[in-house]
Amino acid sequence: MATLTLTQVRKSFGATEVIHGVDIDVAEGEFIVIVGPSGCGKSTLLRMVAGLETVTAGEIAINGQRVNEREPMDRNIAMVFQNYALYPHMSVFDNMAYGLKIARMPKPEIAARVAEAARLLQLEPYLARRPRELSGGQRQRVAMGRAIVRQPAVFLFDEPLSNLDAKLRVQMRLEIKALQRKLGITSLYVTHDQVEAMTLADRMIVMNEGNAEQIGAPLEVYERPATLFAAQFIGSPSMNVLPGEGAEDGVVLENGMRIPLGRPVAGKVMLGIRPEHLVPDADGPLAIETGMSEPVGAQTLVHGRLTGSTAECVASLPGVHRESDLPAVQRYAVPPHAAHVFDAATGRRIGV
Amino acid sequence: MEKRVTFKGWLLPLLLVAPQVAVTAVFFFYPAGQAVWQSLFIPDPFGLKSQFVGLGNFEFLLGDPYYRASFVTTAIFSSLVTVVSMGVALVLAVLADRLIKGSGTYRTLLIWPYAVAPAVAGVLWLFMFNTRVGVVAWYLGQLGYDWNHVLNGGEAMGLVVVASAWGRISYNFLFFLAGLQAIPRSVIEAAAIDGARFWTRFWTIVFPLLSPTTFFLLVVNIVYAFFETFGVIHTITSGGPQQATTILVYKVFADGFVGQDLGSSAAQSVILLVVVGVLTVVQFRFIERRVHY
Ligand SMILES: Nc1ncnc2c1ncn2[C@@H]1O[C@H](COP(=O)(O)OP(=O)(O)OP(=O)(O)O)[C@@H](O)[C@H]1O
Ligand SMILES: [Mg+2]
Repeated sequence: MATLTLTQVRKSFGATEVIHGVDIDVAEGEFIVIVGPSGCGKSTLLRMVAGLETVTAGEIAINGQRVNEREPMDRNIAMVFQNYALYPHMSVFDNMAYGLKIARMPKPEIAARVAEAARLLQLEPYLARRPRELSGGQRQRVAMGRAIVRQPAVFLFDEPLSNLDAKLRVQMRLEIKALQRKLGITSLYVTHDQVEAMTLADRMIVMNEGNAEQIGAPLEVYERPATLFAAQFIGSPSMNVLPGEGAEDGVVLENGMRIPLGRPVAGKVMLGIRPEHLVPDADGPLAIETGMSEPVGAQTLVHGRLTGSTAECVASLPGVHRESDLPAVQRYAVPPHAAHVFDAATGRRIGV
Repeated sequence: MEKRVTFKGWLLPLLLVAPQVAVTAVFFFYPAGQAVWQSLFIPDPFGLKSQFVGLGNFEFLLGDPYYRASFVTTAIFSSLVTVVSMGVALVLAVLADRLIKGSGTYRTLLIWPYAVAPAVAGVLWLFMFNTRVGVVAWYLGQLGYDWNHVLNGGEAMGLVVVASAWGRISYNFLFFLAGLQAIPRSVIEAAAIDGARFWTRFWTIVFPLLSPTTFFLLVVNIVYAFFETFGVIHTITSGGPQQATTILVYKVFADGFVGQDLGSSAAQSVILLVVVGVLTVVQFRFIERRVHY
């Protein structure tokens, strides 16, 4: 159990800076998920914490101790790699025991720890096998096992589930969550999958191009995204964004439609509304020309375009709706609490 | 997915393999057959007719202390050449693998010795260690060491080993480097996080993962040391002093072309062929099985 603190951490490869000053404060036993699109610097950040990448500027501290200059083995961390990075010439048992053997732990204790991890991860039947004789999910578990037997201060995960099929991913996600709860080890988990981030995280960090755009509990980020990027990245299907202009009591969209929000807004803005918050209402302010509809089971995604404009808009309606059942132009109500207003220039959230 | 080319008829495939078969036949099967045939005869002193002696040549050889000494010399020589050339190559490859900048230049420079023919390499080393004009011999003399490989069997052995190993280092280096670069970085990183420092990582992860390459090089280098070092030995020591560097291949030449004992020489070739065949089979059967993971 440990705390992990990143203070103004920066990273440059040659002249290009890829991490632009990130601050993170991880409490003891907390599960933090870093989520962001490909290339935003998630892995780089994680590898700096692991000691596999030097820190250009700023400080990384574990339990209040600066670790910037320490080698990976002196940081008391364990990492699960995206490709698992198992030792191909060793059995599952030896893979998990490797770190303990190096630490010169007595043999009986090694055996006990590995047995315990194997039990937790249901790996008992495979202890004698080589990694190549295992399925993807089993390899994933061995990588987890190798991390937990060492009982490190901090767990680091770099997209550990991205090589698994959809069903297994859901199962392993739950297992990782349960395991982390049970062991209570401070964890930093990197993913580009926002569903993984929402379900696993105690708090999540939305990263974009080397900046931490928002840090907060998943529902907090979902309900009150701090930036346009966080708003669109979290939530599926992603939030509708309609350009407009501030007015006395709300926003006027580019086609002249007035969306009352019950508060004054100023300047050029982006109005964000999640598809699931659009409610069909014959008297609603928002008129949308109905396009394709996609039934996905419990809901139907209705794609469309704002009348008299080019802005695309998606509504997620409960139940099944066929295209032919929907009116050519559907009007929607916009509940004021579900409307997010962002500054068009900076992308920052305006108001509540 | 495997791509298979299927030919109609048999003429084209036959034509395609024909050159290879012809070369093998002319340069291997024919001389090998001749050697086996000749090993059964003893030519008379004038080389006019030969007398059939069955396995007499072999019997004589196995009882000959000089021949048995040559076996020991060969064993020592091949082991040393293999260990030195592979050891040095491995160290250089590990260094090059860690190097990111300038590794291209480093690699190119290291490959040059491979382009030098064994006999020429022999001459180069001979010049450096020449007892009268050699640079290295002169420096050794300054340091109070009297180098004379012409008289000292141990020094002669050392010199031919170094000269033979030198040319092989670049070849081995290339394979080791390729092998090292094929090891996923993340596996090494995982070991580092698991607590292994450089040497522990090397012996527990890198070296075992490199074992297929090591095995391949072992076979190739032993065969090299057995056969292709002839030029080096011929130019530097001619097998001397007192046969201290007469390896089996050199003895085949010395007895056959210098001593004109063609029957014995042929029998020696046959034995050599069998020894290398057996060595290779043993290596493949017993070692190779243990190096795959
Ligand atoms: N060794 C390196 N040298 C130079 N640039 C690098 C290096 N490693 C990463 N980068 C750059 O840093 C940026 C962040 O890379 P990083 O691997 O951290 O992305 P990521 O968020 O993990 O992406 P993904 O989801 O695809 O894994 C990228 O633009 C990448 O090109
Ligand atoms: Mg990554």
